[in-house]
Amino acid sequence: MTDNKLINLVNITKSYGDNVVLDDLNLYIRENEFVTLLGPSGCGKTTTLRIIGGFETPDKGQVIFEGKDITKTAPNERQVNTVFQKYALFNHLTVAENIAFGLKIKKKSKEYIKDKIKYALKLVNLDGFENRMPDSLSGGQQQRIAIARAIVNEPKVLLLDEPLGALDLKLRQDMQYELIRLKNELGITFVYVTHDQEEALTMSDTIVVMNQGYIQQIGTPEDIYNEPKNAFVADFIGDSNIISSIMVEDKLVNILGANFPCVDTGFGHNKPVDVVIRPEDVNLVKPEEGIIKGVVTSLLFKGVHYEMEVNANGYDWLVHSTSLFPVGTEVGIQVDPFNIQIMNKPESEDEEAVELEI
Amino acid sequence: MNTENVSNAKTQKLTSHKNGDGIVGIKSAKWLSLPYAVWMIGFIIIPLIVIVYYGLTTVDNRFTLDNISAISSPINLKALLMALEQSLISTIICLLLAYPLAMILSKSRMRSSSFIVMIIILPMWMNFLLRTIAWQNLLERSGIINTVLKFFGLPPMNIINTPKAIILGMVYNFLPFMVLPIYNVLIKIDKDIIDAARDLGANSVQTFLKIILPLSLPGVISGITMVFVPALTTFVISNILGGSKIVLIGNVIEQQFRMGNWHVGSGLSLVLMIFILISMAILSKYDKEGEGSGLW
Amino acid sequence: MVKKFFERFYVALILIFLYAPIAILIILSFNGSKSRAKWGGFTLKWYRELFKNESIMNALYTTLIIAVLSALIATIIGTAAAIAINSMKKTPRTIMIAITNIPMLNADIVTGISLMLLFVALRYTLGFSSVLISHITFNIPYVILSVLPKLKQLNPHTYEAALDLGASPAYAFFKVILPDIFPGVLTGFFLSFTMSLDDFVITHFTKGPEIHTLSTKIYTEVRKGIKPEIYALSTLMFITVLLLLIIINRKNAEKKAPVSRV
Repeated sequence: MTDNKLINLVNITKSYGDNVVLDDLNLYIRENEFVTLLGPSGCGKTTTLRIIGGFETPDKGQVIFEGKDITKTAPNERQVNTVFQKYALFNHLTVAENIAFGLKIKKKSKEYIKDKIKYALKLVNLDGFENRMPDSLSGGQQQRIAIARAIVNEPKVLLLDEPLGALDLKLRQDMQYELIRLKNELGITFVYVTHDQEEALTMSDTIVVMNQGYIQQIGTPEDIYNEPKNAFVADFIGDSNIISSIMVEDKLVNILGANFPCVDTGFGHNKPVDVVIRPEDVNLVKPEEGIIKGVVTSLLFKGVHYEMEVNANGYDWLVHSTSLFPVGTEVGIQVDPFNIQIMNKPESEDEEAVELEI
Repeated sequence: MNTENVSNAKTQKLTSHKNGDGIVGIKSAKWLSLPYAVWMIGFIIIPLIVIVYYGLTTVDNRFTLDNISAISSPINLKALLMALEQSLISTIICLLLAYPLAMILSKSRMRSSSFIVMIIILPMWMNFLLRTIAWQNLLERSGIINTVLKFFGLPPMNIINTPKAIILGMVYNFLPFMVLPIYNVLIKIDKDIIDAARDLGANSVQTFLKIILPLSLPGVISGITMVFVPALTTFVISNILGGSKIVLIGNVIEQQFRMGNWHVGSGLSLVLMIFILISMAILSKYDKEGEGSGLW
Repeated sequence: MVKKFFERFYVALILIFLYAPIAILIILSFNGSKSRAKWGGFTLKWYRELFKNESIMNALYTTLIIAVLSALIATIIGTAAAIAINSMKKTPRTIMIAITNIPMLNADIVTGISLMLLFVALRYTLGFSSVLISHITFNIPYVILSVLPKLKQLNPHTYEAALDLGASPAYAFFKVILPDIFPGVLTGFFLSFTMSLDDFVITHFTKGPEIHTLSTKIYTEVRKGIKPEIYALSTLMFITVLLLLIIINRKNAEKKAPVSRV
């Protein structure tokens, strides 16, 4: 990864009628980065991708590509290629013709095209599929062809719009590894759109969490998971206990009436805050050893761990643990100070736009 | 994300998945086709057999090919060739007029498709004979079009009772049957497919030639058949707009029946059906679904 | 912008082409002169005369009865057939659809002649019932082709789900399947009705000398000149349909919530 800004979105605003999809969005993407736009449907992630691809023109703002303004450049004149959500393969053309489509338009030589098709099919593990028709292939295979069709054009950026959305779980996981491998082999920038937080955490260098047209947080998967900037991010990325609390002083927070030591400073005295504690960070101990006491109210076996709910001080704590506590057991709750994530309360009902540097 | 596309994808998947499955659970579903099957045999298949029988026999029920070879008489042959020429020309004109129209209509997605279908078929609610008669008013020597032309100082147009008037009548009457199938195919083309072509570097002309046109071919073929067959076989349009001088094969057959020569009329109808079968064969070759690109 | 203008202009030209004859007919219905070549001043006379003209009213009555009956019967037979076709395996399904396409693709003149020959061969008197049968025959395919796509969109398991919840097969059909495919059934009915109303050729061959529909009545008058009452009648019919469609369209537009696109 270098520090070159390849794509820079500046003050992008886009609305359809009264519906503001993107509101003054600023985002840059570096060369050779795997960036994931993550958020619930309607958050503006696909619109952002389509603006980069050239299929939508922003109402306000600029799209800068390698220092040049391409806001009004047609999609066919951009050095980016897209892998569409439902593949968008040309069903009247063979696999080879699909892959050759962009190259033929660029008037490449026959041998070059032939080599490229071979290379691309090898890359996506579909050697020998040249003469098949797209509709005779499985969803996963169609997806690979869509990727092959895009990458033969050697784009600087590959845009992927929920490319794995239509595949089943196993295939989706396989394709995740496949995509990471592809990205490393090709050495190009990937901009990936998904609503699946697990997919985002697995594959990305950088995750951009979006909601209601605003960027909520930008960071590495570890940052996003461990230090969510607000309740929305915390809630969207994995299960978590988000508890309204009071910051008593530096390194001490009052959660549900009990004082917990933590590591955060600078929030002031007796300030209302939100506390995020991941379920796997809640330690269940003997009642007398815990900071607060509670009772296990439900228990589910999840394979690698047990998922329990513990009612303590009027809050149902979600707990993941490898040791089992039957329903009805009285337990103590304890949290390591560095596992308590303190967040400022949002100032308004709407989630605030967070302006951040990566 | 386009919600419409998403739902389209869902239905598409459903179709391909359940093609031939039917509504799961209706065990006796096949019997529901019994009334239709009886009806089809009685009123579609048997009548066709009857017409073949009449076409190949004489009045006293002896086998003959004379009714078929009646087509080679100079008058009949001329009528057939004339009908072929006129229907081909009007089919081509319909296609040239309809394709751009269907493109424009399919792009204006704000209007619901039922509205567009409505304005195209609404004229059918005025009796088709009357609408054709109205063209007499428009085309006559001192008719409305010539009055307008005269007003602008342009030379008058005298095409009533000529083959040109018949072509105009055919185009007028059958244009909707060309527009609708093409429109129906065009609106089904996923917008992502067009975006994908643009994404891969195709400009709008290339996108049209390489993607839109080939994908719309089933609609075009369907439209061609739906215009060509009725144009080839019409006797009403030629009667009303061609005066009595121009005789098409449809007029010949109608006359034979009016004069009671059922066997000759049937024989000539069989000849006509050969041409219809050819166009049907072409249609079925391109329309793989067998039902996908019909008029509605 | 220029492109947009040309597109609009083109659509407008085609619409003028399609609707000019209709405008002419509407104007003629208010023409005081009996000749269609001369303007004799504005009059409502033909609208009054229309209702007194027994032969036209008879033809109208016959036309409407045949249109309603044939559309209704075709809708019932066609909907049942569509359900059956939808559940067939590939080969019988292809055969059924191929046969369904015959009357749609075949020339009207051949369909008309073949039906007439059948009726004559069976010594069945040509008249109201032979026209009705013929109209049902060419209407069924329109119903099938309208209903089939709706059936394809249907979730194949809703019927089972209804049975599972305790519905009888008939109840499940009328409460679960029919409402889902109803738009298609309705389209089929209205298409049939329209086709029947507009048909001339097949009626011409199968009607016999006793009865007239509006189409055949108009055809007999082509040479001697159309009675202006006919213009008045078609104007009334056209306006009725136009108003109906506008009302339906309005209602549909109200039902549809604003489209969200995100």
